[in-house]
Order: sequence, then structure tokens, then C-alpha cells
Amino acid sequence: MPRRARTCLSIRIRKSSSRKIQGMTGKQGTFHAMGAMDYGTQVVGGVTPGKGGTTHLGLPIFNTVGEAMEATGANATAIYVPPFAAAKSIDEAVEAEIPLAVCITEGIPEMDMVQVKTKLVRQGKTRLIGPNCPGIIRAGQCKIGIMPADIHTDGIIGIVSKSGTLTYEAVQQTSEVGLGQTYCIGIGGDAFSGTNFIDALELFLQDPKTRGILMIGEIGGGAEEAASEYLKVHNPQGPNHKPVAGFIAGVTAPPGRRMGHAGAIISGGKGTAAAKIAAMKDAGIHVTNSPAEMGKTILRAIINK
Amino acid sequence: MFIRTAAATVARRQLSIHEYMSFNLLNQYGVKTPEGHMATSPEQAFDIAKNLPTPDCVVKAQVLAGGRGLNGGVKIVYSPEDAKALAEQMIGSDLITKQTGEQGRPCEKVFVVERRYPRREYYFAITMERGATKFGPVLVGSASGGMNIEEVAATNPEAIIKEHVDIEAGLSMEQCKRLASKMGFPAYSQDEAADYFMKMYKLFKEKDCSLLEINPLAEDSTGEVLAMDAKINFDENAAYRQKDIFELRDWKQEDEREVIAAQSDLNYIGLDGNIGCLVNGAGLAMSTMDIISLHGGSPANFLDVGGGATADQVKEAFRLITSDSKVEAILVNIFGGIMRCDVIAQGIIAAAKELDLKIPIVVRLQGTRVDDAKALIGQSGLKILSCDSLDEAAKMSVKMAEIVNLTKNQNFQVDFSLPI
Repeated sequence: MPRRARTCLSIRIRKSSSRKIQGMTGKQGTFHAMGAMDYGTQVVGGVTPGKGGTTHLGLPIFNTVGEAMEATGANATAIYVPPFAAAKSIDEAVEAEIPLAVCITEGIPEMDMVQVKTKLVRQGKTRLIGPNCPGIIRAGQCKIGIMPADIHTDGIIGIVSKSGTLTYEAVQQTSEVGLGQTYCIGIGGDAFSGTNFIDALELFLQDPKTRGILMIGEIGGGAEEAASEYLKVHNPQGPNHKPVAGFIAGVTAPPGRRMGHAGAIISGGKGTAAAKIAAMKDAGIHVTNSPAEMGKTILRAIINK
Repeated sequence: MFIRTAAATVARRQLSIHEYMSFNLLNQYGVKTPEGHMATSPEQAFDIAKNLPTPDCVVKAQVLAGGRGLNGGVKIVYSPEDAKALAEQMIGSDLITKQTGEQGRPCEKVFVVERRYPRREYYFAITMERGATKFGPVLVGSASGGMNIEEVAATNPEAIIKEHVDIEAGLSMEQCKRLASKMGFPAYSQDEAADYFMKMYKLFKEKDCSLLEINPLAEDSTGEVLAMDAKINFDENAAYRQKDIFELRDWKQEDEREVIAAQSDLNYIGLDGNIGCLVNGAGLAMSTMDIISLHGGSPANFLDVGGGATADQVKEAFRLITSDSKVEAILVNIFGGIMRCDVIAQGIIAAAKELDLKIPIVVRLQGTRVDDAKALIGQSGLKILSCDSLDEAAKMSVKMAEIVNLTKNQNFQVDFSLPI
């Protein structure tokens, strides 16, 4: 199996996924470790260099990812480490060959992420989600990230998004219209990240529980266009077709201004919302122009299938 | 291909520095530029011009915007007296170009540079490629230097040559020589050009650049290769480890409101509308602007308070938004993940008390600690128009802004005060 496909499977977190947290003893790490445990995620320990041997929240702390994996059998890690050290933490996770690493950190220097990503594509054991993302959640089972758990319901829609809070909107809307979610994957807003739209779509197309897909993009870059091309090939109309709905944030953003996300720059006519919407529609994606209609749009697409 | 990611405008999130500083950096890394010095007064300009090796020189307004040359910001002069006179005109006035907006940008310094005669002009840049398979630093070169590279990219893409750098292996001399050759450097200057490419890549990597653009990179009449012009932008995420570089930032070249925002660690971009926005998360913030627009309104700003904002930052955000006199209503849209709604509520309450807010505030909160937040706001006795639905909140903010706008024009005072 090609490297990328192998690592895609490790995105499939479930109740039994056991996870540890790099940076758990920090303020953010602690808050979100508790949130994850409340949700029923099997958090098995934490990694903070220098604090190995201590405990935190009743769980063992280790000095390195490798040690933690050996002692606890963890198969996923959530990284809540500040920008100056985050790239190294990801590297450590990759070296330890942990199947899944989720990096929440915003503000990692681009040069560092280029180096991390270069290592990532040259191996096939670790899948990275993020950085600068809210994480991933399998509704009803397992949460690795900072998303508010209680808006999620176990259902049938796979959601992939660059944005954090805009994803929560989509989650709430899909819960409200009664569809619920399977996996919600925040791929993050950075220019260089571990998982892109296509990786997430591949998972959704293969997952039998996912019967509809919601794709949320934004201005900048060409990822949504590439994802649309991918869907044309891998999600053709027919009996196996899964309806896809989408929204692109930033229609009103003025060109040349960077709106927060490293990737969200329009330049030279490329990366505009209009171009992405056109590409998505061309691939049969039901695109809505309102962020308040994402749930209704995927519902309609499923009903009308 | 995003050559001009930030070269064309002063993007808040990627540091831009003045041309004379870029020249200094290049010189530090061993790349030759025409000799030049910065002047803050006409007398200084005179002295510099007198001591330059050439009788003619070029006076360049140090303003962070493209299009200077087309708007009188770059001029050749033939004597030190002319340099002085021109500097007198430029220093202290605003330069207006297509990219600066109507107010233009203040010119406080000029760069007085010796005049060199380019024999051949090339385009060279290093930037970050953002593809899925090809990503990371890329060297971009073209024999079509000295002109609008985007036009070249559009009409003659084969004229643009790229060399992707494997960040683990580094840039090789072989790649540089290949690029120099394909760009059309004559055999006798290929080694010098290649050497420059290596040096500029070192600069790019060591200083966390996001863009390094030399247009033109010229071979002059003496056969020397020089960088005649330079635009260098830096990755804001690297500010913590590039303190020297980031100290070079000229805050006067940026929108005043954005300067204030930066001081409170807020991500703010001023726009032209009348509905102020306070949102958490860049995607949601952009969507909030989008949905306001959909309902016929006009957003006054983009503002992302981020995930870890304190009540103080929220208060500062309100202060910033309301300092814009065009703002006639405010929409707060918070979906708490890391962001806690009760913190937002504390900030709103503090803002209302301290800032004596008169304009209507529509608040829409969801997510972490939303019930605590609603309780706080309820207990405070504030008359905030609250709404659970994003669509309704957007519509309401548009309606409120219309009312304020109408009553303003009628000279009719409607009191939207928030009694405590």
C-alpha cells in the first residue's frame, strides 16, 4: 500500500484509540486533556521533557514520546506545545513512529514546517493533522483536540475544514438538521500542514458510516481546486457516489490582504473564493454562499441523491 | 505561482522592510548592490549625492508600496543640488500609488543611490511554494527582468524558470548554475550569478523570509552582476527568533488601527464598512463578513480575537472597533472552542462600562461555557441584543446599522445606551 494511504488509515480514531498529550502539563494541555477525558477519550499519559516520572491529572508523565509509547501503548498524540518548540515535538512523534499526531499549535515558523513536512512525506508510519488546527473528533467516541464536544452527535456526515470555529458552526448545523457527524477533521490554516482536503476526502469515501461530506475552505492556495479534481475522479455519479456540500469563506475579503491564516492570501487572481466555488461546482459539489446554510445544504443534497 | 504574495501590498502578517534595509541585508550576505545611503533630510541627500562614485544618482522615496516609479517616487537626478531639491519634495509628504489607497503613505526617508547602467536585466526571486507534492523554498528566475513579472507569467510562462529546493539536502551549486544558464546569463557571469543565488538562499533561510525578490538582477556595463532593487518580506511567525529584523518594522507605513491592534496582540484589518465585527477564528471571521454582506450590510473590519484571548484583549478589541467613527453597529460572533464564552462576556461587560458604548451590539455566542456567558450578561443588566442563530444575528446587525445610519442623517438622536 502506498505510504500516504497507509497513514490515512491511522486517522480513523475510535473509542479504543489511546492517546497521550505532548505539553499536557501546560495550561492549554491540561484544560483540553480534561475535556478529552470527559468525552471518553482514552488519554493514557503526557510528555513533558524534564517532568518524566511525575503524574498529572492522575496520569503518568514521560520525558519523551518514545518512552510514553513503550509504557502505555499510545497510538496517537496531541501536541499542545508553544510555537518555538512545536516543530521539534512533531519530529519527535514522527521519529517514535506514532501512528497519529495532531498539532494544535498556531504560529509555527514556515521554515520549520517545511522541514517537518519534508520528513513526513518521506515516511509512512505517522500521519500528522495540523498544525494550527482544532484537531479531529470521531463523534460519540474519541476526541483529539480543542473542539467543544457537546455539539457533536454520532451520525453520517464527514466534515473537513481549514477553519476551527467555522467547523463548529458546521457541526452544530449538521446536528440540528438531524444528520450528525462521523469524523470532523480540522486540517488547519497553515501553508504547510500534514493533512490536506484530499487526504480527508479519501478517508470519508472509504468509511462506510460516512454517507455525506461537508467541505469547508477559504481563500488562498489551490487546495480546494485540487480536491475538486480528486472528487471528479474518485466520487463519480453513480451508486457509490456520496453527496458533497461545501462553503468557501472569504468572498468579501479584499485581495492582497492576509486574513489571519498563513494560507489565506489571494494573489494575482489565483486563490480567490470565486475560482474555488467554480471548481467545486464543476465537480458536482453543492456549494452554499452562506455559512448559516451548510447543514441545510448537505441535508438537501442527501435527500435529493 | 504566487510570486507576489506580499510584494504588492503591505500585508500585516508578513513583515516588509524599507528598500535601503534590504540592500544592507543583501550586502551583509555578500550580494552586491549599487552603492547607496539613506537620508532623512535634503542636506543629507546632498552630501550623499556628492560623495557617490557616479555624477548621476537615483533618489528613491522609502515608502512600503509598489508602483513608486510610476508616481514620482523614484527619479534620476544629475547633480547633488537636484538630489537635495527632490529630497525636499519627497521627505515629509505622502506618496500615493495604486497600492497605497487615497491617503498614500508617508515618506520620511529617501534612498540616494549611485546610477548604474544595466546591460542585461533578469528577474530573480525566492519564495515558498505551497503545493501538496512540491512545497518549500523555490528559486524563480527569468530573463525578462525589470518589468512586470506577472505579465510575463501570464503571457509567456516558459520564460519563467523554477528550481525547487530540497530543504534537507539544501541548495546545490549545480542547481544554481543550471538556473543561471537557463536564465540566459552569459557564460562569463554564470558563476557569479550562481554564487549570488546561493548567498541569497542563505539569507532567505537564515532570516525566515517569505519572499525575496530582486527585479532587476542586472549585469551592468562593466560586466558586474548587481541587485538593482530588492523587496524582502519575512514570516511573522518567526518574529520571536528574528528580533533584529522585526525591529526594522516601520509602523508608520501601516494602518494606524492595525498598529494599535498589534500592540494588543489582536488580528485586525480595517475595511470600509459600518458594521464592526468581533469573532474568534479567521475562517469564522471571514464568514461573518461574508454573511453580513449577504444581508446587504458592509463590514467595517476583520477581527480575530484568537483562541486564548483575555477579557482585557476583548475590551481592547471593542475599543479598537469603536474608535472607527464609521462603525454604526457591532456584531460579536463567538463560537467557543478554546475561547471561553464567559471570558468574552466579561470583556463585553467591561467594555460597555468603560467605553460608554452608544451603538447597538448584537451578540451571538455558542460553545464552551456559553451558559455561564449568558448568565453573566443577563446579570449585568446590559441591553445587548442577543441571538443564538448566526443568520438572525447577521440580519439584526445590518438592520441596527441601518437604523443608526438613518437617524444620523436625520439628525435624530436615538439612544442605544446600555444601562448598567
